[in-house]
Amino acid sequence: MHMADALLSPAVGTTFWAGSMGIIVYCAKKLKENIDERMIPLMGVLGAFIFAAQMINFTIPATGSSGHIGGGMILAALLGPYAAFIVIASVLTIQSLFFADGGILALGCNIWNMGVYPCFIAYPLIYRTMVKTGSGSRRILIASILSVIAGLQLGAFSVVLQTMLSGRSELPFSTFVYMMLPIHLAIGLVEGFITASVINFVKSMRPEIIESISLSRSLSQGVSIKKVFTGFLIMAALTGGVMSWFASSHPDGLEWSIEKIYGKPELPEQEHGIAPALKQVQDKTAFLPGYNFKQSDEASTKLKGGESWPAIGAGTSVSGIIGSIMVLGIILLLGAGIKILKTRRA
Amino acid sequence: MSHHIIEFNNVHFTYPDGTDALKGLDFRITHGESVGIVGANGAGKSTLISHMNGYLLPAKGTITIGDLQLNKSTINHARKTVGVVFQNPDDQLFMPTVFDDVAFGPLNLGMTRERVIERVNEALTTVGCLNLKDKPPHHLSMGQKRAVTIAAVIAMQPDILVMDEPAASLDPKSRRQLINLLKEFRHTKIIASHDLDLIRDVCTRCLVISDGEVTADGRTDEILLNEPLLEENNLELPLSLQHK
Amino acid sequence: MPNFDKEYFNIGYLDTLSYRQTFIHRINPGIKLVVTLVFILIVVSFSKYEIHRLMPYFAFPVFLISAGEIPTGVILKKIFIVSPFVLFAGMFNPMLDTTIVYTISGVPVSGGWVSYVSIIIKFILTISSALLLIATTSFPGICSALEKLRVPKVFVMQLLFIYRYLFVLAEEAMRIVRARNMRAFGKHGRDIKTFINIIGTFLIRSIERSERIYHAICSRGFDGRIRLLRDIKFKFTDIIFALLSVSVFIILRMYDIAELIGDAVLKF
Repeated sequence: MHMADALLSPAVGTTFWAGSMGIIVYCAKKLKENIDERMIPLMGVLGAFIFAAQMINFTIPATGSSGHIGGGMILAALLGPYAAFIVIASVLTIQSLFFADGGILALGCNIWNMGVYPCFIAYPLIYRTMVKTGSGSRRILIASILSVIAGLQLGAFSVVLQTMLSGRSELPFSTFVYMMLPIHLAIGLVEGFITASVINFVKSMRPEIIESISLSRSLSQGVSIKKVFTGFLIMAALTGGVMSWFASSHPDGLEWSIEKIYGKPELPEQEHGIAPALKQVQDKTAFLPGYNFKQSDEASTKLKGGESWPAIGAGTSVSGIIGSIMVLGIILLLGAGIKILKTRRA
Repeated sequence: MSHHIIEFNNVHFTYPDGTDALKGLDFRITHGESVGIVGANGAGKSTLISHMNGYLLPAKGTITIGDLQLNKSTINHARKTVGVVFQNPDDQLFMPTVFDDVAFGPLNLGMTRERVIERVNEALTTVGCLNLKDKPPHHLSMGQKRAVTIAAVIAMQPDILVMDEPAASLDPKSRRQLINLLKEFRHTKIIASHDLDLIRDVCTRCLVISDGEVTADGRTDEILLNEPLLEENNLELPLSLQHK
Repeated sequence: MPNFDKEYFNIGYLDTLSYRQTFIHRINPGIKLVVTLVFILIVVSFSKYEIHRLMPYFAFPVFLISAGEIPTGVILKKIFIVSPFVLFAGMFNPMLDTTIVYTISGVPVSGGWVSYVSIIIKFILTISSALLLIATTSFPGICSALEKLRVPKVFVMQLLFIYRYLFVLAEEAMRIVRARNMRAFGKHGRDIKTFINIIGTFLIRSIERSERIYHAICSRGFDGRIRLLRDIKFKFTDIIFALLSVSVFIILRMYDIAELIGDAVLKF
């Protein structure tokens, strides 16, 4: 499930961009330290493989509709978490450009949702602990299904959280969760089954391939669980910090969704929390002066005044609509003008 | 000039799965020769080519390239001396643009940027593809891809040029252009192919490989006329010599 | 045409467009990337009720389409195909947020509808700008811009590798799918078992291909590092383009142009 630009607020989007970029840098460092040269073309080709394989459809059992694979756990199982994460991130980047899946701002969220959970949670905690070199196909099947489900559930939950934090969608938290998680449970079952079957297929047809790849994978491919959790703590703190900062200046985003969840426009502790302090710093440093926040402050006072929508007189809204139509008209005319000029010249 | 020599001396090689691919290969190719290597599928041609620049090292026997015997420490020398054009251009052209791909080898040789650019332009001009410089490989025709792979190899200025099925899946015109191009090269040339007419056109000497061994070695005219020998090795007379 | 072929030619088409030569195509890829990012950030920064303030931003995609000579239909089609997720996630806004915010000639409009429309408009703006970025900038160009922006090299190399082999492997997959479809009658052959065999075989072939590639790059002196020779120069027009577009975005963020024009018209 791809997160989309239109559902994101700048704060959530950029936070996850930063988070995902940070992990890419970390993985790149890890790979640089110990990588077999063979891995470089292998990673590239497997990325292209996932891309192409996603274009092949199959009929989902018992439903009759068709689906395609995600492939994240196949990559993690073959390449190890660091290389797999880089490959997943690059596949998503290319998809965000060529297919516009989600969009460029949402890319950070998508890499996070579809890369971090399978590579750094599901793989080390489930797949790796269950599957050892000599494991049979049944064990691989169970491990794959469990880890794929775990990865997808976390990813889907993360989509819900990102949507909620951005506050562009009115979808109630609980409804959203009830819809997303069961769907992804079903997807996870099928995907996990396919993951295991493909791994077992390669194992039975060309066992030496799996062996040589696992030899190429560098020695220290284990993920330290401590590091994973430290990373998450930092991310959580970062998210919280940025969120509350934006929340203090941007009532339309977080507070609206908080209102939906808590039935109150603001979290109780916010008046004493980090937010006001950050806001003062922000006022002093004047981040993007005059651009956005001042105006929002006005809106926020109106909001606190008990109205859910800053009062708009009939006059202003009509002029807004007329203006919109005129602006669009002018833009389209200009665009058409450039086109005509260009074809004439050609 | 002795550094244009390739010498295989009783070379054996066995793949990890137990296939004996080379069983005592012996030959010597000297400066300026152009040698065709022919043989049935699975005769060991590809394995032989993999040995020429040290991608595979012999299990037994020795290979001499130029003045140096091939081993782990002389691999870089071998790769500089012997340029290999592989069968499938899509495996060889791995960079996103023609320029990047041709520049890859010279950059690895540690040249300055000016010299790299010079080399790339030279090589692309030689094969007649300078206008394709900024194109991605997937926008090229098969003939163009082939020409670019050759440019990518000659940009490194090797002494010896090795090619695996250079005319595979080329249309007749592109094939003819390739043959003309190959005839112009002054390098020592080694061409493995099933295209016996191409070998006849380009190569003066011909090696027949069968089951990991050299079964015949001589002038192309003689070998490619020897019907029983060709028959024995799953080959046939070149089309240009077949009587109707 | 079968689905697969369609998807394949879709990427191919955008890619082909990106090698055209217009003024827009010649602008430095890094500049275009950064300008697009700024555009997206500013667009999503509007609150969910500010539809009319988003309107002026259509100028950017429309300008790129016309000046970059990009067929409008292609971009529109792609926008409408992409992501039912947005439509789904926004669908509940009209049901849940029923506060009346506008009354247009007697018809009340609820906040939910306004926010739903604003999500869709933002969606069109952000998606079209991403598509137009790739339609007017060659992918290798974007990658060298990323390298300049200090994105880790392993990642940039991955992007380049995937871009290069995407087309090769997609063709291979297309051949496999065609071979399957030609021998598949109705549902047979599309089941999950056949699918696993196809994917498995395809995976093995891909791994073998990576070995051949490795062999080929080794013979050209590969030592674990891939060096790129790139000359990125900033031209005068690049800087003008960047300054002009970013300042327009910011001015539009600060002043409500649509409303100003509307006011003027109403007074008139």
